[in-house]
Amino acid sequence: MRFLKTLAATTALVMGMATATAQAAEVRIALVVKALGIGFFEAANKGAQEAAKELGGVEVIYTGPTTTTAEGQIEVINSLIAQKVDAIAISANDTDALVPSLKKAMSRGIKVISWDSGVSAEGRSIHLNPSSNALIGNMNIKMAADVLPGGKGDAAILSATPTATNQNIWIEEMKKVLPNYPGLNIVATVYGDDLADKSYRETVGLLKSHPSVKVIIAPTSVGIVAAAQAVADQKKIGEVFVTGLGLPSEMAGHVHSKATKSFAIWNPIDLGYSATMIAYNLVKGKADAKAGGSVPMGRMGTLQLDENMDGAMSDPFVYDASNVDEFAKIF
Amino acid sequence: MTDRASDNHIPDRLDVGWKPRMLRWETLLFAVAVVIFVFNANASPYFLDPWNLSDATFNFTEKATIALAMALLIVAAEIDLSVASIIAVASVAMGAAAQAGVGTWGLVVIGMATGALAGAFNGFLVTRFGLPSIVVTIGTMSLFRGIAYVVLGDGVYKGYPADFAFFGQEYVFWVISFEFVFFLVMAVVFGIILHRTVFGRWIFAIGNNPVGARFSGIRVERVKFILFVVSGLMAGVAAVMLTSRIGSTRPTIALGMELEVVTMVVLGGVNILGGSGSIPGVVIAAFVMGLVTFGLGLLNIPGIVMSIVIGVMLISVIALPILWKKIRAP
Repeated sequence: MRFLKTLAATTALVMGMATATAQAAEVRIALVVKALGIGFFEAANKGAQEAAKELGGVEVIYTGPTTTTAEGQIEVINSLIAQKVDAIAISANDTDALVPSLKKAMSRGIKVISWDSGVSAEGRSIHLNPSSNALIGNMNIKMAADVLPGGKGDAAILSATPTATNQNIWIEEMKKVLPNYPGLNIVATVYGDDLADKSYRETVGLLKSHPSVKVIIAPTSVGIVAAAQAVADQKKIGEVFVTGLGLPSEMAGHVHSKATKSFAIWNPIDLGYSATMIAYNLVKGKADAKAGGSVPMGRMGTLQLDENMDGAMSDPFVYDASNVDEFAKIF
Repeated sequence: MTDRASDNHIPDRLDVGWKPRMLRWETLLFAVAVVIFVFNANASPYFLDPWNLSDATFNFTEKATIALAMALLIVAAEIDLSVASIIAVASVAMGAAAQAGVGTWGLVVIGMATGALAGAFNGFLVTRFGLPSIVVTIGTMSLFRGIAYVVLGDGVYKGYPADFAFFGQEYVFWVISFEFVFFLVMAVVFGIILHRTVFGRWIFAIGNNPVGARFSGIRVERVKFILFVVSGLMAGVAAVMLTSRIGSTRPTIALGMELEVVTMVVLGGVNILGGSGSIPGVVIAAFVMGLVTFGLGLLNIPGIVMSIVIGVMLISVIALPILWKKIRAP
């Protein structure tokens, strides 16, 4: 019986605290994440709160299950439907399993968008991609050109496997924008199979076989770390630079050792900010939410929608010595 | 109802010589449910909406349906930890059948049959070779989930027939969903089986004293085998409802659900060591867990708080009787 009392008291306390915070705002937007307690999503929430502050009269409900399961997210969606929130912006654990419950949400007048990890087209109105293949390809080449004196010199690509879909598309996009960077040549492409040791060995081999290479572009978070390590171990720091796509927490050391000057990846804060802005504009009817339309997203500009109602937020965010430590704490 | 069963052995629940002798676990649990209900109704303006309460039932009916069968198994001092994996393998079987053009009722039969078959496999290993069920079902938990992964990989089965959505998404009457009605009917059926039939008495006898049960002419192995098949069958039914509700199948479906099912059963006052427990207790426990989850969800309290609340309740229900015995012991 004693524990029942304690339980009742705890429940009362928890609920009391919660009521105090659940003040009615004009527009209530739920930011649903894959699971709570993940740095990347906590950062997205930071961006969402920033958007709410900027807009005024917006309450962001940051929520998600404790484990990354579709069933957990469905429970969360059910409780959000019950609360009659105005919009749900979700990073989905499952493309398909959430569709019936999100459809129910939409049928009850809730605006639904997905961001980061998408939901099938019938379960949401808009999907916000952090970036697009073309933008990623361009950014990789741009970062390579930026470290070369006058933007001229030889570069090589360290990819994942020869069959990796994402990497192959990005490499193709890189080659497409190459004419915009005269003087920059891609002289070799090697494959590290997204294995740290193979990527390392391929980089060492590359440095030996192509001494003219001054930049290594690794559009893979495994490859970029291995390449930077190889450059450092071969005492080539200052001669050869590594760039590409990587995680700030893994790359901070290499940025400080100067093996890498800059690298790129999505910025979760911008992502949360944009998702909130889009949701708000949908609720307020300020968005042109149809295939080929566009949606304003505050300081992040305008989201252009393609025929699947997908949109790319922006260029990948560039991390260098000035900001890598701040983001290394997040993801 | 369980008192009759506990007459012939040392009772291991609180209602021995403690102050509220007449207060049984089910009554306490019911009081908790009422308290939570009242709290929720006061804390959130959205709680008392019939549609919302109906939505809330979807969160726990599948688990609770399995918990009914699990309760019988645990009373018989066995356990089935593979139920969530059985859901996965049954759902994959239905998905493959749906791809091959099987109709709605065919899918239901396939789902239930796969479940029953998986349960029979568990029962066979446990009763034929005398293996501990916790070991066997931890093994089959990986095995069944593994089969689902082998078949589906990182793929997905969608495109179930439109009327298949009935089992997990439709309403029988006003806000009362098919899932919920099914659960209530099953609760009555399982309640009668456990508390009003000879078969039910056998289950208690086996849980209390398997050797004694055997000497008194109960076919222990056969009863246990049937219980495993029933557990698999109910997991198959849950697979039908869950697959219908989410309209797709991935090998990760229902991941980790077995622990929530066992939690429900234990919270319902079923002795984890076997021999005692009741179906009404399990049903009330299902409601308590459902109400707590939904209430906290409405207030946007992170799910981890819910885990803490349930954890505390669970430890209390297991620890308090043991502590009490120790204190009372000379």
